[in-house]
Amino acid sequence: MSMKGARIFVECLLRENVEVIFGIPGGVVLSIYDELYDAPIKHVLMRHEQAAAHAADGYARASGKVGVCLATSGPGATNLVTGIVTAHMDSVPLVVFTGNVPTHLIGNDAFQEADIVGITRPCTKHNYLVRRTEDLPRVIKEAFYIASTGRPGPVLVDMPKDLLLSEAEFSYPETVSLRGYRPVVEADRRQIEAAARALMEAKRPVVYAGGGVITSGASAELLEVAELAEIPVTTTLMGIGGFPTVHRLSLGMLGMHGTWYANTAISHADLLFAIGVRFDDRVTGKLEEFAAEAKKIHVEIDPSEINKNVPVDLPILGDAKAVLQQLKPYLIEMRAKMPPEWHDERRAWITQIERWKREHPLCYDDDEEVIKPQRLIEEISRATRGDAIISVDVGQHQMWAAQFYRFKRPRTWLSSSGLGTMGFGFPAAIGAQMARPDQLVVAIVGDGGFQMTMQELATVAEHRLPVKVVIVNNAYLGMVRQWQQIFFNGRYSAVDLSLSPDFARLAEAFGIVGYRVTRPAALADTIEEAFSIPGPVVLDVHVAPEENVYPMVPPGASIKEMIEGQYKSPKTFQLT
Amino acid sequence: MNQTLSLLVENKSGVLARIAGLFSARGYNIESLSVAKTDDPTLSHITMVVDLEPRIVEHLLKLLDKMIDVISVANLSGGKMVERELVLLKVRVDPAQRMEILKEAELFRARVIDVGSDSYIFEATGDTEKIEAFIDLFRKYTIEEVARTGAVAMSRGLTSPHRVTATGRSK
Repeated sequence: MSMKGARIFVECLLRENVEVIFGIPGGVVLSIYDELYDAPIKHVLMRHEQAAAHAADGYARASGKVGVCLATSGPGATNLVTGIVTAHMDSVPLVVFTGNVPTHLIGNDAFQEADIVGITRPCTKHNYLVRRTEDLPRVIKEAFYIASTGRPGPVLVDMPKDLLLSEAEFSYPETVSLRGYRPVVEADRRQIEAAARALMEAKRPVVYAGGGVITSGASAELLEVAELAEIPVTTTLMGIGGFPTVHRLSLGMLGMHGTWYANTAISHADLLFAIGVRFDDRVTGKLEEFAAEAKKIHVEIDPSEINKNVPVDLPILGDAKAVLQQLKPYLIEMRAKMPPEWHDERRAWITQIERWKREHPLCYDDDEEVIKPQRLIEEISRATRGDAIISVDVGQHQMWAAQFYRFKRPRTWLSSSGLGTMGFGFPAAIGAQMARPDQLVVAIVGDGGFQMTMQELATVAEHRLPVKVVIVNNAYLGMVRQWQQIFFNGRYSAVDLSLSPDFARLAEAFGIVGYRVTRPAALADTIEEAFSIPGPVVLDVHVAPEENVYPMVPPGASIKEMIEGQYKSPKTFQLT
Repeated sequence: MNQTLSLLVENKSGVLARIAGLFSARGYNIESLSVAKTDDPTLSHITMVVDLEPRIVEHLLKLLDKMIDVISVANLSGGKMVERELVLLKVRVDPAQRMEILKEAELFRARVIDVGSDSYIFEATGDTEKIEAFIDLFRKYTIEEVARTGAVAMSRGLTSPHRVTATGRSK
């Protein structure tokens, strides 16, 4: 059947089971918006294209499906870029559609023209400039396939206006044929067996699990394998939710603001089982000293990550879930044959770790006069029983949330971990709420980051999305202030946010319920009340302005060299 | 150390920009680059010479291999290969030097492909070392212009690193 390009676009999305698009219309995509007017696809009108990309990203992270966003040419397209890079760094599947000026004007400096394919070439998994209307179905099919397979990532499809208006025969391809792309890899059986043996024979093994565990849906398998082989597990920032925070084998997060015991266990380990991770600099600190005593196994789907930062002893190219499933029978068989001494050795290692947990817990000095940010996170954790989807921004509040919230499940932690994009948390929460309408979604943001995308209050108000925004308001760009305090002699340069708006009243201006909390005594009740409101809520929580995130590995230092907080009467984070 | 990379890629717009961008984003220079379609017009063969540490080249090859439009990659410097480039060299000639210049060019089996009233254009092929020796030889005259193709290379024998089937690569 012959139809216009714009109609073909909508038909393709329907065949990819797209439920929701986040976007903003404009000149060259008017024909698409005319088709969307009565199409059975929900469109969420965002107030800035950056937020559209983050919302699609939050949708994808919370659901595991491909997130879709749409913008017009020129500024619409360029505004998406931060969101695209964010998704690229964290391997989030997005298909990003942009309109472009008509083909005959491309390269002509036409009104609202930008070379978005050129701009996004290094920050997409792949991108396309569609040249003919009849290519649209193939390109869109490929875009969804590439975005969601292998190591996922964003794919951009740029569509000149004229080919949305001209007609072509429509048929949606059944299959994809890309001779340069083979995302499915099956791990080598001998390597699996060698890994199983190494896991069982190690004296001090540690699992270092990352975002790949979440992406491949491997958290149940990870738990099984960890329990079978009796191995403690630490997760990266991206891996949070991949292993329960509260578990006898849980070490919490490792790295720059990881737990003392996770970093210490890594430094003492004789075997590191790295799965779905990329040895990021915020994790490893000084590379030569990272897990220096350990033999390293690296399970990874992307061959270019193997041996990139750290030489690996046993690389296993494959999908995290598949590899863990393959490991299981070997572990069961080997465990049954292990001598009694094996159990003693394991018990000794785990006892050692338990001692570290007791001696160096996460902690803070609580206060009755001023709200401590760590306590705020603990109250949110308590009020939501660890069941909420937590979407965060970037900075101190992000680290406190990573440390003090008790996560139970994958896809409940949305964080711009690689790029570190301030302004991500709130729009990503919007996307997550669209994906999971019945689940409580809490955006924990800083007063700095929130001001980068707070225009989206209009979006949640319009759709009555029950997102709960908690502003961890310390009236500073807090993490920058912390670094200035520690590394620049306390010369606080350009970090003072004390002249921010009254966020509760700002929320009210958007027709959203706003709370302002300043006293510790009122905190728990206000959270309880706010979270029980069926619509959107903004909770502006004024916290201790100069609280620091600890432990802290100074940039470039070994993860053994942690700065620990000095507390008078520390309240410790209970791991039971 | 110079390393010669061989890539089989889709013959499409944007592919070269993608590949070049991988190097430029890291501040790496490409010493030479030669691209043209193969016997199959949907495929282009790229020969690239880079001067980088082997560890970096290994990582870059993995990143190149990851690109959707890149079908197959190989570092030819590891094995036996043949490498050739072609140079066009325009030299200013005084009538008194004509014979001398032609004789010297002959030593390199260079051919004259243009004769002007006061210039020659020579064409020479060979490996990079020979081409550079050829250019050096003419420095004592007045070189007006030099255009080199950059190296094209292949592994020796039937053991090609690039075997393409209808559905994809096989290695």
